[in-house]
Amino acid sequence: MSGPSASGAAGSASLSATTLRALEAVLPPVVALCIAAVIGDLLILSFGESPAAVYALLIKGTWGNPYGIGQVLYKTTTLTCTGLAFALAGRAGLFNVGAEGQLAAGGFGAALLGLALPSGLPGLLAVPLCVMAAMLTGAGVGAVPGVLRARFGASEVIVTIMLNFIVLALLNWVVSTHLHLPETLRTPDIHAGTLPRLADWFAVFSGSAANAVLLLALAAAAASWWLLFRTRSGYELRAVGLQPDAAEYGGVHVPRVMWTSMALSGALAGLGGVNFVLGYKGYYEDGFAGGAGFLGIAVALVGRNHPFGIVLSALLFATLSQGGLAVNAIVPKQLTDILTAVVILSVATAVPEVQRQLRAAAASTMAALTRAQQTSGGRAS
Amino acid sequence: MMAIAFLLQTLRIAVPYLLAAAGGVLSERVGVIALGLEGLMLSGAFGAALGAYYGDSAWAGLAGALAAGAVMTTILAVATLRFRANQVVVGVAINLIVVAGTRYFLRLIFDSSSNSPRVAGFGGEGVGNAMLASFTNPVVWIGLVTLPALGWVLYRTPFGLRVRAIGEKPEAAVSLGVNVMRLRVLGLYIAGAMASLGGAYLALDQHQFTDGMTAGRGFIALAAVIFGRWQPARVAVACLLFAAAETLQIQLQGAQLVPSQFVEMIPYVLTIIALAGLVGRSTAPAALGKTE
Repeated sequence: MSGPSASGAAGSASLSATTLRALEAVLPPVVALCIAAVIGDLLILSFGESPAAVYALLIKGTWGNPYGIGQVLYKTTTLTCTGLAFALAGRAGLFNVGAEGQLAAGGFGAALLGLALPSGLPGLLAVPLCVMAAMLTGAGVGAVPGVLRARFGASEVIVTIMLNFIVLALLNWVVSTHLHLPETLRTPDIHAGTLPRLADWFAVFSGSAANAVLLLALAAAAASWWLLFRTRSGYELRAVGLQPDAAEYGGVHVPRVMWTSMALSGALAGLGGVNFVLGYKGYYEDGFAGGAGFLGIAVALVGRNHPFGIVLSALLFATLSQGGLAVNAIVPKQLTDILTAVVILSVATAVPEVQRQLRAAAASTMAALTRAQQTSGGRAS
Repeated sequence: MMAIAFLLQTLRIAVPYLLAAAGGVLSERVGVIALGLEGLMLSGAFGAALGAYYGDSAWAGLAGALAAGAVMTTILAVATLRFRANQVVVGVAINLIVVAGTRYFLRLIFDSSSNSPRVAGFGGEGVGNAMLASFTNPVVWIGLVTLPALGWVLYRTPFGLRVRAIGEKPEAAVSLGVNVMRLRVLGLYIAGAMASLGGAYLALDQHQFTDGMTAGRGFIALAAVIFGRWQPARVAVACLLFAAAETLQIQLQGAQLVPSQFVEMIPYVLTIIALAGLVGRSTAPAALGKTE
């Protein structure tokens, strides 16, 4: 009699473990979005406008017309890359707060090679070369904090933040002294490696910045998923993130995993730079990153460090970012920036709280089950 | 005369660094990573402009700065201490929220996207020399004594002993009956007040708030905290060093000896070198970032 009841308990426990995981992943973003919506309403009311009207305008200016959709997709592309960058390092237990500098460096690398290549070079050759240049430059910038962490134990949080300032100042110096067109902070047009815009394929998108790099970003998300969850390296990376001592004991070379995952993270952020340089403008411009590197943290957080979650979350934040411009006529566009920050804050706050609540609930369920089992077992004997 | 002018300008530039870095030392000593210094400073600058505008006096500006700093510190404390949210993420979010929030309220209150109207500052009209006039500003003096005072408190008082204890080994402090949570909250509020005063100095000195006026000074202060190994005296020296480099850059602008971008990098490069332990190792308080 105790047999079936025990297996029944085990069955319901494993079921609750799956539900638990799903709830742990989905609840914090949902809670955060609700909080952001409330704060957004208050801010809109403080400006004397009606929240419904503002949100309607926001949707109309983003998903309501092909140009808006194109702009959202363009922003989604960069944010997917920087979100993946933060998530990949995060899975290894590392904080890459340096995506902003890596993004800019990646764009610069692509532009530099694009300027160096002869203008007749076919795109089939030039584009992969420029994309590689972007990823390698980003990886180089990302590897520095990775190596310093692996070799000297230097906090990657601080090093990545400091490196942002160094990289951006260095790029500003190079462009302003050696590579700029007169009276601007942009390089000349690159000779080879530009990619088609979506408008070249579908005329409705004309005028919007969305381009073929979107496909590259989606491919990067799929590749990240495959790497993280289907390969040995990904398993090792996640093991280091969950429990470095146990991973070390299990034969994983922890320092190597640390610096390679930081380099890979930098490469993903660097890929994001291609979106502006090869896909949109065809040149490098100082300051093009414009905070998209830091937004990657928000994207990864809401996407719960899962590549597919990140694509969805990048769509959300791209919509907010573009939506800010759409509503700027009646409320300041910073409204959506505040909401973005509120979402980050609430997700970060909700994650540990939801975990605690769910685990407490699960523990009390388990305790009740065990008690029930013991009483029934006791009766049987 | 050249040397005195150099010294005075260095001290003026150092004031916001000294204030924010003092906040950074205290915050990290009680276990909370000081990534939000930039945001706290900027909120202080905005609060100062708001207070000085409505109260029509620089003292009201200081009160406004402290109030704004306290609001941001409350968010920081609730998220990291009550809910144990990740400190790095919360720090980044605080900075984003203040940058966006000050722009939003700039438009809401002053109907401008770039700056507030001219507000009161700390006089100094009677003093002929403009450089000396800024030393009639009490915030300058607060800035100059804050880090030495913090050093004295940390190493010479029971309160300081407790702060150092929870920074290194909170469990041991608990076993000796220290209320760790209360001390952390108190430390964060004092740290927030210092950082917001650093921002207030900027706004009152320029008689207005301008969008993003802290311009990365919070991160330079954070660099000084790390480069100074979390010890107030060393941190003060680091702040003065960074300020002196900046002064040199300003005074040599005509000479073009070193591009300004390279001078900007100095604090960050030095900090990375210090963290990597290439020139004397800088090690964070052991309990930093662990507020569970």
